[in-house]
Amino acid sequence: MKNPLDSLWGTVISGLILTLILYQIVKFALQ
Amino acid sequence: MDIIQLGLGRWLHVLAGVMWIGLLYYFNFVQVDALKAAAADNTGAGITKHVAPRALFWFRWAAVVTFLAGAMIAGKHFFDVFLFLKPAYYPIGVGAWLGTIMLFNVWVLIWPNQKKILGIVSATDEEKAKARRLAFLASRTNTMLSIPMLFFMTASGGVFRTAVFG
Repeated sequence: MKNPLDSLWGTVISGLILTLILYQIVKFALQ
Repeated sequence: MDIIQLGLGRWLHVLAGVMWIGLLYYFNFVQVDALKAAAADNTGAGITKHVAPRALFWFRWAAVVTFLAGAMIAGKHFFDVFLFLKPAYYPIGVGAWLGTIMLFNVWVLIWPNQKKILGIVSATDEEKAKARRLAFLASRTNTMLSIPMLFFMTASGGVFRTAVFG
């Protein structure tokens, strides 16, 4: 599988996905 | 003292942070592709000799100032932030950890490998090729981490925190 960090868009999309995951974790922890 | 710790501290944190992340985005959104294009017509020397070392100087020291100013803002709540001791500090704790990992990448992975690439320290061609890949991936990792880092930094206070986390 190609490393998403090799492409700029792959990097940005990975960052957005990571944001969503961390947001859900923090939101759950704050409930 | 709040004016110094929180007022000036936050101002300095943002000023240095803009310089750090601005240069990170310059490297990733501009310089990587520019060097690829320059390699085709052999015009990359100007970038690697005159631009990259200066950009890297401000980049790595802005990272240090950003961290120190952030630590100053956290003040007596430093461990509440980093050890997630109180829920109020969960969002900023995530942002602070992401920023700290990025600082680690700058000084432990990016800068030592860039020194080999730019010829500041001697390295064989094989070591340079390995350093180029490592520095590239660390830089791309920081670009990826900057996205959630900035989300949590900007969503950690006042009305913004209420809007995002309720």
